[in-house]
This record gives sequence, C-alpha cells and structure tokens, in this order.
Amino acid sequence: MHGDSSKPNHTARAEGPGSIGPGSIGVVTPREYTFGAPGEGILLENGAEFGPITVRYELYGRLNADRSNAILVTHAFSGDSHAAGYHAPTDQHAGWWDSMIGPGKAFDTNHYCVICSNVLGGCQGTTGPGSVNPETGKPYGLSFPVITIDDMVKVQRALIDHLGIEQLHAVAGGSMGGMQALEWAVRYPERTRSVIIMAATSRLSAQAIAFNAVGRNAIISDEFWNGGDYYDGPAPARGLAIARMVGHITYLSEQAMGMKFGRRLQERASFGFDFEDQFQVESYLEHQGGKFVDRFDANSYIYLSKAMDYYDLGARFNGLEHAVAGCRSKFLVVSFSSDWLYPPYQSKEIVFAMMRQNIDVSYVELESPYGHDSFFLEIERQTPLVASFLEGLHE
Amino acid sequence: MSNADMSSNIPTRQHFSYEELLSLIEPGSTVLDLGCGSGELLDRLIHERNVRGRGVDIEETMIRTCIGRGLSVFQGDLDEGLKDYLTNSYDYVILNHTLQVVHRPDLLLQEMLRVGRFGIVNFPNFAHVVNRLQLAVGGRMPVNRRIPYEWYDTPNIHFCTRKDFRVLCREMGYEIIRIIDTSNGKRRLPILPNLLSTEVCFLLRGTS
Repeated sequence: MHGDSSKPNHTARAEGPGSIGPGSIGVVTPREYTFGAPGEGILLENGAEFGPITVRYELYGRLNADRSNAILVTHAFSGDSHAAGYHAPTDQHAGWWDSMIGPGKAFDTNHYCVICSNVLGGCQGTTGPGSVNPETGKPYGLSFPVITIDDMVKVQRALIDHLGIEQLHAVAGGSMGGMQALEWAVRYPERTRSVIIMAATSRLSAQAIAFNAVGRNAIISDEFWNGGDYYDGPAPARGLAIARMVGHITYLSEQAMGMKFGRRLQERASFGFDFEDQFQVESYLEHQGGKFVDRFDANSYIYLSKAMDYYDLGARFNGLEHAVAGCRSKFLVVSFSSDWLYPPYQSKEIVFAMMRQNIDVSYVELESPYGHDSFFLEIERQTPLVASFLEGLHE
Repeated sequence: MSNADMSSNIPTRQHFSYEELLSLIEPGSTVLDLGCGSGELLDRLIHERNVRGRGVDIEETMIRTCIGRGLSVFQGDLDEGLKDYLTNSYDYVILNHTLQVVHRPDLLLQEMLRVGRFGIVNFPNFAHVVNRLQLAVGGRMPVNRRIPYEWYDTPNIHFCTRKDFRVLCREMGYEIIRIIDTSNGKRRLPILPNLLSTEVCFLLRGTS
C-alpha cells in the first residue's frame, strides 16, 4: 500500500448524490498519508524511532477556510478509519459511527469536518504488524515495535499537521478512542479546543487486563500463529475468533445479553440433550468471532490490546491530577451505568482530577442497559448531548 | 429513583428570586450550585457576577440543557455527598430549593460548608400560615400552590421551618450571616417571619 504525500483534497466527501439516505454522508473514499522516512519517524514511548508510517483516514464534511472546524474522531480497539458513510453505493454496511456522523447528526457534517484515522498498530490501512517492513520486504510480525496509546496520538498529530489544522475543534472517542482523546488533551493542550471522552478510562482495571490476556492467549495458542510469523500461510483464525468472543462478552452486559438472547436455542424448539444444542448467545459469539477474522489481524489484536493494558495516564505523571494539570480544553466525559468493563467510577476519576484543577469539564452518566457497547447504541441520547456540547463551545 | 432527582423537575418549582441570590455573591468568586436544574442561576452568576461556577444535578435533561448553555456540570446524586470535592475549594456552595428533597440535609449541609467557605441555602418555610391552617383546621397535610404534592408522592421528604433550620445551624455551629425572607417571590421584612415567609434563604459560614 502506497501513501500519497500529495496535497490532501479537503473537499473530499460524499461523492454520490446520497442515494443511500438523506442522513448519510454518502459514499466516501479512504485516503492515505505516509511520513517518517528514516531519521524523520516518530519517537515512540519505548524510546525507539519508528517510520515510515502510512495512515489511512477518511474525511466527512468540509474544512472551512481557516481550518477551525475539524473534529478528530478516534476509534475503539477493533475500529477503523471508516467511521461514516459507505465505500460504494452498493455497500451494505455503513461506517462504525455512521449514526453519529453526518448531515444533521451529533457530529454535524454540515458544520464540521470530521476526520477519522486508523490507529498505529492497526490493520485497516495504517502501519501495523501486518504491514511490510521496507527494510526486509516482509511483514513486521512481532518485530513491529510495542506501541502505546501515546504513540497512536503522535501519529494522529502528524496527520493533523499534514492537513494544515492548527487547532482541532474537538477530539472525540469511545473506549480505546476515549483514551486517545484524553491523551490528546494532555499531550497537545493548545491543539484541542474540546474533548469528548466516552466509556473510557485513564487505566484499565485488573479485570479488563485479564480479559485481554485471555484473548492474547487464545491467539498465541493457535497452531498457526507461529510466533506471529504467519502472513504467508494460514492465519491463526480460530485463536483470533475466540479472542473476539471473549471481547464481545465484555462489551455487553448481563442484562443486554438477557434481552438479546435469553436462553433461547438457535435452531431447535427444545433440548435434544446432545452437543448439537446451540443457544442463541453461542451462535452470536460464533458469528462475531467468524466475522472478525475476515477483517482483523491477530497480531494487531495483540499489539493494540497490550497498548490498552499499558495505558496508565496517572502513573506517567505521578497522579492523574498532575497529568491533567496542563489541559486547556473543555471536556465532556460520558459513562454508561451498565459498563462493567470501563465502569463509571473510572470516568469519574478523570472528571474529579480535572475538577480539582479547575478544568472546564462536564460529566454525564447515562443510565443504559447495553454495557460497554452503549456508546454505539445510545444514539438518541448521545446526539443531543454531543450536539449541545459542541454548540455550547460557541457561547 | 433518588429524590434529589425530582427536585429539578417540579413543574411549579418556585424559584427563590435569582436577584436575591445574585446579591449574596461576591463578583469574581467560585460557586458550586447543587441541584442546578437547567443552569439558569449559574448562567446568570457567570455572566452578571463573573463567577467561575459548576453545577450538579441528577436529571439527564437538565444536564443536557446546562451543557448546551456552555456550563460545566456534573451529573450526580446529592445523596452520595461531596466526598470527592476538596475542602475549601469553592467560595460559595448553593443549595437552591433542594434541601427538602435530600435524605440527610444535615450531612449535606456539613459537606457544603466543608467544600465552600460560605453556604447559601433556600427552602420553603413549612411553618407558613397557610400550611399551618391546612393542618390545624383542615386536619390534612398541606397541599397548595407552593406544595403541590400529596403526602404519598411528594419528593419533599424533609420539610422544615425557618425556625427549625436556625436551630440546626446553631447546633452544627454555623454562623448565620444573613437571612432573606420572601413571600411569594417578594422580599419582606422579618416580621413574624416563621409565620409569614413562604421561602427563606440563609447565608452561612462554617466555623473551621
């Protein structure tokens, strides 16, 4: 994959007439930016220099003349740069936050230019362990450097520089995307007018790390994993699928699973008392796992989940209060009552640290049954919140 | 559902005159507004008194309105207290028409005066003559324009009188700097205040 280092086309957006629906941004084309030739790479948190890096990103809406209306949306663990719209008129699936980004939506593309890029270490167009190492001509595999949330943000900053944007109107993200948004505010206070952090944390709990560890173990136990060097053979698909199944359990709540599946069987009306009986929830997990292996790289799973495990903003600054002391942005922090993976108390830790530093921060705890995944689902309630927050910035 | 929840939702909620509250607050100070509702008072304090302020409310729609006004607000339950707020981190902590809906008004008051140098509390005076007559003559719990709830569905679980509150402040060792008496939104002289004031407002100082 080759990046174009030509001038970006800032008016890139819906190319079709929006046949997909009036609220949709329409058809979008992913773009790429490559930077960091030897000696000009980014300095990673582990101390090493790394480059070249290709970033895949998408733009929705138009940048205004002074480039002051840009909103960077940062994606979650398994997300990608395709946050909204469709890649082709016949495309069945919209971007991962299409319900939030578009004309008249929470991130209103009539007013804002929304940017979403795939993270460093990912596998959806941005350089990651599955990318070819130009020095060897082979995929990096485990020779890819261990990267952190901080490193992802540095790469995003390079993209924002490239786009000629001095200050982002907002950085917004959920889950791992929320960690990146928080990191933006800490690392680049002058460049983030506002920050929206949803279903996120400044550090994972031991429990959350434990689930990530099970996922990684499933992958490295796969017979095809081969120490991460599997790119010219079969992929460790079974291990990755199991990792995804574990992940999905943590993204839902007991109540959400109960509502969605109950104890219903997938194909039979009653138990046959053989191992052919499959509950709907099993079928769902199988389906999610199977679907995931078609689009995700097992090594990226390892690198990105480890990046989340490592993230501990407070520890890096000798306390969360010190970490946020230099923040200049206005914040909106949103948590969800049933999110047991990134529970509300972790969001409140961030909020109280900010409040003690007299930082402009608002906190909302939405009562929702959907668990960690709520930020993909509570669109009707998130929309007025996000829209009014962005609106309130103009006061 | 928590009770503090409903306070901001009372359709006929009587706002103690904002002018009176504004007059109590030094320009340029810091304010924490507990039960801030839609943020009207906070908005005025910021624009007219140049304060740095933050609001707390439990109701999602209220929080959303506040955020749309550009205010900093925290969605939380006052019954959980103010334990995460630093001591003396605000000049004023305001409890506007909310005292009567919390589970432990005394503990909240104590927390208010730990977090703030001054506390401002206003509440309906239950000893008002209309209430007294409804109870004494009618033999029923008062239900009227100011207290529009039946006893079984009221969010107001801790009504008190002007006199009760003075006693509490004395017992807790708080200095009462000022009391403003009003009758139906208008300021009145403190003549038979416990009988004739519909709403009262106390400016308090802790004793630390």
